[in-house]
Amino acid sequence: MSANTSFHPLLIEASLKAQKKRADFCTKVPRNVNLEKLRNGYLFPEISMHELRHVEKYPDAKLISLGIGDTTEPIPEIISSSMADFALGLSTYGGYRGYGPEQGNKALRKAISKIMYKDGLVKDTEVFISDGSQCDITRLQLVLGSKLTVAVQDPSFPAYIDSSVIIGQAGNFEEEARKYQNIEYMNCGPKNSFFPDLSTTSKTDIIFFCSPNNPTGHAATRNQLELLVEFARENGSIIIFDSAYATYIKDDSPRSIFEIPGAREVAIEISSFSKFAGFTGIRLGWTVIPNELLFSNGFPVIKDFNRIVCTCFNGASNIAQAGGLACLSSEGFSAVQSVVDYYMYNAKILVKTFAYLGIKAYGGTNAPYVWVHFPGSKSWEIFGKILEKAHIITVPGSGFGPGGEEYLRLGAFGHREMILEACKRLENLFI
Amino acid sequence: TPLLPDYEKKFGHNTNLVRSTNMENLQGAYLFPEIEKREADHARKYPNERVIRLGIGDTTEPIPDIITSAMAERAHALATFEGYRGYGAEQGNTTLRKAIAQKFYRNTGIKGNEVFVSDGAQCDISRLQMLLGSDVNVAVQDPSFPAYIDSSVIFGRSGKFEEGSGKYGNIVYMKCSPKNNFFPDLSNTSKTNVIFFCSPNNPTGNAATRQQLKQLVEFAKSNGSIIVYDSSYASYISDGSPKSIYEIPGAKQVAIEVSSFSKFAGFTGVRLGWTVVPEELHYSNGFPLIKDYDRIVCTCFNGASNISQAGGLACLSTEGFQAMMNVVGYYKENAKIIANTFISLGLKVYGGKNAPYIWVHFPGQSSWDVFNEILEKTHIVTIPGTGFGPAGEEYIRLSAFGHRESILEASRRLRSLYKWKYM
Repeated sequence: MSANTSFHPLLIEASLKAQKKRADFCTKVPRNVNLEKLRNGYLFPEISMHELRHVEKYPDAKLISLGIGDTTEPIPEIISSSMADFALGLSTYGGYRGYGPEQGNKALRKAISKIMYKDGLVKDTEVFISDGSQCDITRLQLVLGSKLTVAVQDPSFPAYIDSSVIIGQAGNFEEEARKYQNIEYMNCGPKNSFFPDLSTTSKTDIIFFCSPNNPTGHAATRNQLELLVEFARENGSIIIFDSAYATYIKDDSPRSIFEIPGAREVAIEISSFSKFAGFTGIRLGWTVIPNELLFSNGFPVIKDFNRIVCTCFNGASNIAQAGGLACLSSEGFSAVQSVVDYYMYNAKILVKTFAYLGIKAYGGTNAPYVWVHFPGSKSWEIFGKILEKAHIITVPGSGFGPGGEEYLRLGAFGHREMILEACKRLENLFI
Repeated sequence: TPLLPDYEKKFGHNTNLVRSTNMENLQGAYLFPEIEKREADHARKYPNERVIRLGIGDTTEPIPDIITSAMAERAHALATFEGYRGYGAEQGNTTLRKAIAQKFYRNTGIKGNEVFVSDGAQCDISRLQMLLGSDVNVAVQDPSFPAYIDSSVIFGRSGKFEEGSGKYGNIVYMKCSPKNNFFPDLSNTSKTNVIFFCSPNNPTGNAATRQQLKQLVEFAKSNGSIIVYDSSYASYISDGSPKSIYEIPGAKQVAIEVSSFSKFAGFTGVRLGWTVVPEELHYSNGFPLIKDYDRIVCTCFNGASNISQAGGLACLSTEGFQAMMNVVGYYKENAKIIANTFISLGLKVYGGKNAPYIWVHFPGQSSWDVFNEILEKTHIVTIPGTGFGPAGEEYIRLSAFGHRESILEASRRLRSLYKWKYM
């Protein structure tokens, strides 16, 4: 591979003519037009592919990954032993468990409503346990259907847009604007304090909103969320609020949309044990659907979500749920919070480094992501430069939407020595 | 849609979102939660009776040690620096994918990279529906596992439910009964893009023969259809019937296979399954399905739990596999007992040999009436055949999962209820 290799999203799609020639038999089933609309592969496997290529090219360089937000620190023993005990229990008559309730283990649902949502903001029967947010986003799209319109932040976690395209809510991709038709992109940047200008935002049925935000790291203020809830109320919209990083908040920004009065009638909240407890491989998350959330004809959304969960899903792994329960015990909770603090200290180091270099960096104070601005640049080019010269993997901002151009996302997950080494290399590169 | 009395504007705010017509088309609840509800109501009504559950097919026997210790070890390792694992490959652990290919698809040429590990067949069925989109039409066996029909309705493939026929519009129902050896008459079956086929069959217990599957593959080939073949019960086969659709030549170009660790390893709560999408399976424009399925799996899913996958790998070791087949054998013995009970009572019994389900015919009777009678009088939960489709009318499904003494007790109660009635 030459040194001038340009970095860009790797197109997985092969030439169709070539495919047809090679295939000696094709079914008569037409390819799903929604999947044809998707540009490129999903963002994170693309990043993995670049990582692999780089390691092949430079087998001796110690590649540091600040790209895909994968947790790295061991899970506290109190949690892993509860999972091990539960697994061993499955070998006994007293401990064997078959199918659990599709909505999740009752004790776990209660613990989430009590510990993650204080003051009775959420009822246990409104909590649905899952195998993670990525899966829940798709299940919510199934409930809501293909005929609805969506708005997303720009930049945002790519699963909102991609799932929207797959389910059939989006139109074609416009190459110029780098946006899908029929999706409302709400620009969030330093100029508007990372909160969309709602006065110029079109009305849509659904509004995806992530806070603390992936990738910008911004935690919306109470004031901003009040505006959002009011906007949704006026327009009759539903907010899908992603609070996966809530436990990383250090100031008094709201940790849940339900802290805002009136939110119960306009919002769904999704969250996850992935980043909060290192469960990225164990797979556990939850979705809250308030009883008061109704379709236009008065039908409760919770009933349809329950139907989807019973028909298209069969519950999260009981071993993972046992681990989840341990995370919410007082000892377990402090233990996982210590790991969160460890990652936030990493974030602090990264933020300091960019400040020292005179490069504007956002986030890193309420979320494990640092959003770095390289004005006038192309994000894939900066990605390539840092990869080639410093052997560090990041995520180019345009992967999160056109509003991410000129930015790079760095994750704060990693062993402390790797973070320190990464900062050293960045200093050498940018000084 | 008129406002139903429960759903009046009691909270003061309706959103403007129009409820999905697909969700509106769905009739009633999913079958199994409905059965559970009746079970719970019955237990409340008779708190002193011992309810025996032969309804929902939930495994009951402990998982062999060799498998649970592998999972416990993986869990402990997560607390160490060397053993901690974050995100795994969305398609599944490479070693596990290879092991599944080698164990179950040995002589068929299916490779590890064509195996996608999941959290179970029920979820995979929906992911496959997501893959195929709403513009395709489907055929299902009648009777069949309700997730094929319900997911098809959810994905917009059906018309309205017709009360008279008990069928959804636009779905082709392929009747399977004793009259046609539980294999549809393909010469009278309309062409569809997708054909769901389950063998060994839930609920009838019938395992399709090699000859029948050859016909199915031929039918799919000549119509350009895709078969979604559910082989979740393959490990229960006793008589040499094919365990995989890929035993049939040409199947790789027309079929996807879905399977599960649920009924063969007792993983109903642990959650692990897989789907095979052969590289040779192409859309009409030549595009390989496997690429799109990979995209779905990476975007709408994030891999099965790494602890469950460690358990799955242990299931496929020589010792683990033997241990699991012992548990399968235990359930098959249960099935024999239940089948013999009904045979001795003079009833026509199907299944029970190649699957953990027994399909009993009660001629001229409504399946819900029989379900209610058995529940009221013997406190045994079963499933009425109509839950699986209109051709299930007059039939009852009993599952063979349970501790041996529950099965024996159930047998006693049934003999006592139906003594002489059907002789």
